[in-house]
Amino acid sequence: MNVTKTLDATGLACPMPIVKTKKAMKDIEAGDVLEIQATDQGAKADLTAWAKSGGHELLQTEEDNGVFKFWIKKGE
Amino acid sequence: MSETKKTNIILFSGDYDKAMAAYIIANGAAAYDHEVTIFHTFWGLNALRKEENIQVKKSFVEKMFGKMMPRGANKMGISKMNFAGFGPKMIKDVMKKHNAMPLPDLIEMAQEQEINLVACTMTMDLLGLQKEELLDEIEYAGVAAYLADAEEGNVNLFI
Repeated sequence: MNVTKTLDATGLACPMPIVKTKKAMKDIEAGDVLEIQATDQGAKADLTAWAKSGGHELLQTEEDNGVFKFWIKKGE
Repeated sequence: MSETKKTNIILFSGDYDKAMAAYIIANGAAAYDHEVTIFHTFWGLNALRKEENIQVKKSFVEKMFGKMMPRGANKMGISKMNFAGFGPKMIKDVMKKHNAMPLPDLIEMAQEQEINLVACTMTMDLLGLQKEELLDEIEYAGVAAYLADAEEGNVNLFI
């Protein structure tokens, strides 16, 4: 997967992962992929809902040692 | 994406925890690309007060009100287990441990995200609060302005 930008949101609590993701999304183009790393337990539900509402595509999620990783493709 | 959605929150409470919930939802909604407005009324106005003591002309009762109410978000008490001010200290320690943002930071973040912070002018009069005592760059309005936003709102909350 071609990751355009990686966002480290580990250690951050709600609502920061979503706020930072929104900011990071602004800096990339449609079709680009943003990787997000977070440790907030609610991040999975939050980012899934956020991506859907914003017209982005959540390509893949992964959990590794308590760190959740997300790959979101920016929508048009 | 469809047209911009709106989130409107009335912050009536002057409790630190309730204001925190309001500002977390507001910041989340802004990240959802909503146009977000928080209407501060009654005790919720204290979240907008500047921390420093601003000298303005007031009646005796207004002065008493000003002294008895928290001057700014950081001085607000919590709705449960306040323990005469010890509760907020405890909860702020716990928040630090969990990396949760303190209320003043959430308010700053809200301004950064261009959330509309509105002060209700009628209750400002009741509590004797003047514009000079509240944060800069906020708006002033009444019930009609709130309703105009609320009738188009997708999320409307009273906290």
